[in-house]
Amino acid sequence: MSVLVNKDSKVIVQGFTGNEGTYHASQMIEYGTQVKDAVVKTGADVSIIFVPPAFAADAIMEAAEAGIKVIVCITEGIPTKDMILVKKYIADKDCRLIGPNCPGIITADEAKIGIMPGFIFKKGGVGIVSKSGTLTYEAVDQVVKAGLGITTAIGIGGDPIIGTPTKEAVKLLMNDPETKGIVMIGEIGGGMEAEAAYWIKKNGTKPVVGFIAGQTAPPGRRMGHAGAIVGGR
Amino acid sequence: MAFHIPTLRNVVRLGKCIPTRCNVNIQSVRHLNLLEYQSKTLLEKYNVTVQKFIVADNIDDTNCLSAKLKAGEYVVKAQILAGGRGLGVFDSGFKGGVHLTKDPVKAKNLVAEMLNRRLITKQTPKDGIPVNHVMVAESVDILRETYLCILMDREYNGPVIIASPAGGMDIEDVAHKTPELIKTLPVDIFEGVTDAMANDLAEFLLFKGDLKKKAVDAVQVEINPFVETPQGQVVSVDAKIGFDDNAKFRQQEIFSMEDTTECDPREVEANKYNLNYIGMDGNIGCLVNGAGLAMATMDIIQLYGASPANFLDVGGTVQEQQVLQAFQILTSDKNVKAILVNVFGGIVNCATIAAGIVGACKRIELKVPLIVRLEGTNVDAAKQILKDSGLPIQSASDLDDAAKKAVASI
Repeated sequence: MSVLVNKDSKVIVQGFTGNEGTYHASQMIEYGTQVKDAVVKTGADVSIIFVPPAFAADAIMEAAEAGIKVIVCITEGIPTKDMILVKKYIADKDCRLIGPNCPGIITADEAKIGIMPGFIFKKGGVGIVSKSGTLTYEAVDQVVKAGLGITTAIGIGGDPIIGTPTKEAVKLLMNDPETKGIVMIGEIGGGMEAEAAYWIKKNGTKPVVGFIAGQTAPPGRRMGHAGAIVGGR
Repeated sequence: MAFHIPTLRNVVRLGKCIPTRCNVNIQSVRHLNLLEYQSKTLLEKYNVTVQKFIVADNIDDTNCLSAKLKAGEYVVKAQILAGGRGLGVFDSGFKGGVHLTKDPVKAKNLVAEMLNRRLITKQTPKDGIPVNHVMVAESVDILRETYLCILMDREYNGPVIIASPAGGMDIEDVAHKTPELIKTLPVDIFEGVTDAMANDLAEFLLFKGDLKKKAVDAVQVEINPFVETPQGQVVSVDAKIGFDDNAKFRQQEIFSMEDTTECDPREVEANKYNLNYIGMDGNIGCLVNGAGLAMATMDIIQLYGASPANFLDVGGTVQEQQVLQAFQILTSDKNVKAILVNVFGGIVNCATIAAGIVGACKRIELKVPLIVRLEGTNVDAAKQILKDSGLPIQSASDLDDAAKKAVASI
C-alpha cells in the first residue's frame, strides 16, 4: 500500500521554470509518477514545489488553497517567519506538508515525489523517516545492501519549522500495513526526535531504529541545515 | 554597578517546571551577530528605548564628548562579540572592558586604552579579540533589572516571549532554581502581541513596560537587563539580536552590518566559494555532500577514535572548481593529518567530484593521506577516474570502511 504517494498519485510541479524543476520532473516521470499541469483540469492531489525561497511560502499556501492533499516542498532557504505563517495558514486545510528543505518522498517501485536517486531503492518492508537528504540515501543503501527493502522513505527536511515533524511521519509508517520496521534518522536541533521516541515507546507496534547525526557538532553553530543547531541539556 | 553582558551561552531547556504548556529553547546562536551598538541602533529605529550613545572608531570621535553626549555619568564599553567584557583584560595589561566615569576627559582616555587593543575575556580565544569600536553611553541608574526575550520557537512553531522579573543575571540559573520567576507566552504570528498580553507581561515584570515585535526577520531578541530606572523610564540596557540567515535576501541592510573580523579565517575563505564550512580543531579533514551526511561522517570519525577538523557540506550543485577550493582550505589547516571525502551522489555526479579531486591533487602537493568513498550517480566512471590518475588515493567501499581507513592513516 505505502503511505502518502503511490502509482495513482497525480502530481503537479510548481516551479518548473528553473533547471532543477525540469530535471527532476523528468526523473520523476521516468520513475513512474504521473505529472499533470493543473489541479482543476486534472484532479491532481499532490504537488511538488521547487519555487525559489522568496516565493516558496506563497506557493505552498496556493497549493493548499487549491485543494492539494500532499504538498512536498523541496526548496531550501525559506525564511523562518514565512514558514510560521504557512503552518498557521494550512492548519485548518485538509492537506499534509512535507518539508521544506527536503528531498521528498519515495515509495519504492511506485512513485517518487522529490529528488532522491531512484536506483538505490528496492521494494521491501522498511519505512524511513529522515531530516537529511544524502544521509537518507546512505541509510537506504545500507538497508538494501543488508538484504532488506523499502516501503516509503519520507524526507521531512532540515529546517527548524517543517510541515510534518518526525513523530507524525513515524505514525504514518507505524500505521502502514506494508511497513514492518522503521528507520528514524534525525539531526541535532530541537526536540522532534525525542518527542517521537516518547510516542514510539508508548504506542509503537513495530521495531524502530534511530540515529541522530551531529554528536560531534560544536554547540551554538548551525550545521548546514537551518534547524541543525545544538541546544542545552 | 554590574553590567551583565550575555552572549555565547548555552541553551536552557525550560521543561516541565514551567506552568505553561511550552517547552522552549533559549538559544544563543551564531547566526548573523551584531555588536551591541548595532543592536541598539536597530532597537532605537523601532522605538525601543535604549541609552543615548556614541560609537568611537578612532580617538577623534571622542572629541567634544560632553557636547556630543550630555550625561551625568558615562559608561565606556569595548564592542566585541563575546561576553565577559567587564572582567576582561587588554593585551596592554589595562583591566576591564567596561568602565564608568563622570568625567568626559577620563572617558576619552578610557576609549584610548581600549581602541585597537585586543580584549581577552573568558569567552574569547586566548589572544583576545581586537576592539575596533568603543561605545560611550549615558549611564543609566538602575532601579531594577528584568529579563525579556522574544524568540522563534520550533516546538510552538512561532514566536514566544520569555520574561522574568529576575534580570541582569544568568537566565539559565533562574530557570533552574526559581522557574516560577519565568513566564513563557506564545504569540500568534497573525495577531501579534495584544494589549492584554503586553499588560500581563508588564505586570509579571512588575512595571509598566512596552515592547513591540518588529519586521526584521529576527529569530531572537534578548534584552537582559530590561531596566526600570528611578526616574521612571524603561530602558533596554543590553540587547542581543539573532537573525534568520534564510532572510538575508530581504534584509540587505541588516546583513551588511556583519563584521567578520572575529570569524575563523578558514570560514571566511570558504564563504567566498559558497562552501558550507565550519572549522573545528580535529585531525581529519572532511569533504561531504549534504549536511546530515557530513555530520554523520564527523560522528563516525570520532567513533573510531580520531577527531573531525571541520564540517563541510559541498551541496548539491558543487562544481570541480569548488572541490579544489575546498581542498585548499583543508590542506592549509595544519591540524589536518588526513582527508576523508565521502560523497553519496544523488544530484551530485560522482565523476565531477572525482575529477575535482584529481585536479586538486595535481595543483596542490598533497602531503597527507587521502581516503575517498564515492557512491551513487555515476560512481563507476568516478572510480575509474581516480584509478587512472595514478595518485595514491585510498578507496573505501562504504562509510564504515572509509572512517576506519582514515583513522588508521594518521
